[in-house]
Amino acid sequence: MTQPDDSAPIIRVRGLRTQFGSHVVHDGLDLDVYRGEILGVVGGSGTGKSVLLRAITGLERPAAGRIEAFGTEVLTASPDDRDRLDDRWGVMFQDGALFSSLTVRENVEVPLRRIPDLTPELRRALADLKISLVGLPYRAGDAYPSELSGGMRKRAGLARALALDPEVVFLDEPTAGLDPIGASAFDQLINTLSEALGLTVFLVTHDLDTLYATCDRIAVLAEKRVLVTGTLPEMLEVDHPWVQEYFTGPRARLARDAVRPDTKTEAD
Amino acid sequence: MTTSMPTSGLQIEHEESGAAPVISLSGALTVHALASLQAGLKEVPQTSVIDLSKVTRIDTAGAWALADLERRAAASGGRLRYRGASEAAELLLDTVRRAMPVAEPAPGTATGLRALFEATGKRVVGGYDFLRGLVAFLGMFLAGLFRVVIHPREFRFTSLVAHCDDVGLRAVPIVSLMAFLIGVVLAFQGATQLRQFGAEVFVVDLIAISVLRELGILLTAIIVAGRTASAFCAAIGSMKMRQEIDAMRTLGLDPVTVLFVPRILALLLMLPILGLIADIMGLFGGALMSWIELGISPSMFRTRLVADIDISNVIVGLVKAPVFAVIIGVVGCHAGMQVKGDAESLGRMTSSAVVTAIFAVIVADALFSIFFAEVGM
Repeated sequence: MTQPDDSAPIIRVRGLRTQFGSHVVHDGLDLDVYRGEILGVVGGSGTGKSVLLRAITGLERPAAGRIEAFGTEVLTASPDDRDRLDDRWGVMFQDGALFSSLTVRENVEVPLRRIPDLTPELRRALADLKISLVGLPYRAGDAYPSELSGGMRKRAGLARALALDPEVVFLDEPTAGLDPIGASAFDQLINTLSEALGLTVFLVTHDLDTLYATCDRIAVLAEKRVLVTGTLPEMLEVDHPWVQEYFTGPRARLARDAVRPDTKTEAD
Repeated sequence: MTTSMPTSGLQIEHEESGAAPVISLSGALTVHALASLQAGLKEVPQTSVIDLSKVTRIDTAGAWALADLERRAAASGGRLRYRGASEAAELLLDTVRRAMPVAEPAPGTATGLRALFEATGKRVVGGYDFLRGLVAFLGMFLAGLFRVVIHPREFRFTSLVAHCDDVGLRAVPIVSLMAFLIGVVLAFQGATQLRQFGAEVFVVDLIAISVLRELGILLTAIIVAGRTASAFCAAIGSMKMRQEIDAMRTLGLDPVTVLFVPRILALLLMLPILGLIADIMGLFGGALMSWIELGISPSMFRTRLVADIDISNVIVGLVKAPVFAVIIGVVGCHAGMQVKGDAESLGRMTSSAVVTAIFAVIVADALFSIFFAEVGM
């Protein structure tokens, strides 16, 4: 799974330009996402990683450029096409973005309600399965989001994103704010799910450990565009001050050493 | 025997061959076909072979249906075997099988009469705790006030002035308009009733006594409760949410003197003034309406007012203002301190602060009425 299965990308971004007022976030950004890969998007604070995620999923309207997902133009898609796209991807927001008035199980059932002939019992059973798949205990399904810890909320958010078995999931800072044990359990979860469900994962992160533990390919956002993409070893060769600093700084070395002995072997 | 589901492209074929029947599935085993798949798998024998070689796509919902079938088969002593499953399907089935949720019964909840008693008991205890919390908060405020009197340096004068502006000055237009309209309404209603007896001139007494004793200050307090209790609760609650209050404590600042004393003191200073403004505007509205409706000239209104209405009516009205002010301030700040980490509790506490403050003001007003009736004022 280190190598993309298909040669054609399933998401293709070309010449993307986003701006807020006079502040230009992206200018001429190109990016490809291939089926089955875990793509890590990194960049300094304020380089627009989350904005890119929001632009691809249609939450933010770019000023110019083209975004194509599964052969559909995201920006000009008809409402029906949008619905079909929404079925094919799932988004996990930073703090889970669960609906606070619903229990976790009801949250996961929300996307399942779009399937017309699913009985309430089946819906409930599938929601329970998703909750268990992301590693939450059965009883968490009855809890309200405010009763869960940050890590559990993220897992519940992932369960909701996975409810319809999307082909791509977008994860916004999945390990931010988690303790190291929780974060590495989440990394493991992403690996397992991507392998078992054949998921493509678009991962926005700051976390070097996550990059080392999960990502097949990395895209670096800098200077308002995707500066470079490639595998981790390739990143070390890139001759750019920020990339050098990021991937060879003291924290990067620690993360690299930590992952070398075991974690990556079973993912490879 | 073939069952075909044209909508989903799912087909289920039963074949009786040799030892175990073979169920051959073809098409997409996805969440969209789950309902028909579940229905089609219902009468599968406990021991059978499931052929997946013609399955084009399988997702977790399809895998769940198979795992569920396995579980039911195992429960009745049967066993399912698979044939022709792709590597990905095997992996998915394995993952789903491991994750199959085991239903845990919810912890026993009381029902019927017991539940009723339990809920009632919880509410009574909750109400008692709430009242105790309010009284403790009032004590905290008084202690803070006392502290400020002893150490005037700790007092935040700027903050007090800012809150006075917010609580008092900015409320003047709405309070004036409200009181003016109340005066108008009273004069109008009084006129229609009193005219039947030819006692129009008593409308002055009616307006003066009801506005000065009760309505002026009570309605002002209610408006201020809606405006200010919610504002106090929201301001303090959002500070609590962002841990600003914790930060204050670690920096050696006492939230009582920094946040509560200036707010409640501002209310204490401003509410009597607002009450007085309401009294004046109420009389003004009443006088105007009496003039238009009954032809009682302003000078006659004034003469009658001065002659008939004792100053004690004004005192009885305004003496309640400081008490209402403390009630509104304490309820608002206390509710703000009850806010938990989430935004939902902020909204809940804000609306509960307004309701509690208005309710408490009305209760206090009723107690005042009884008290003044007893002492004969």
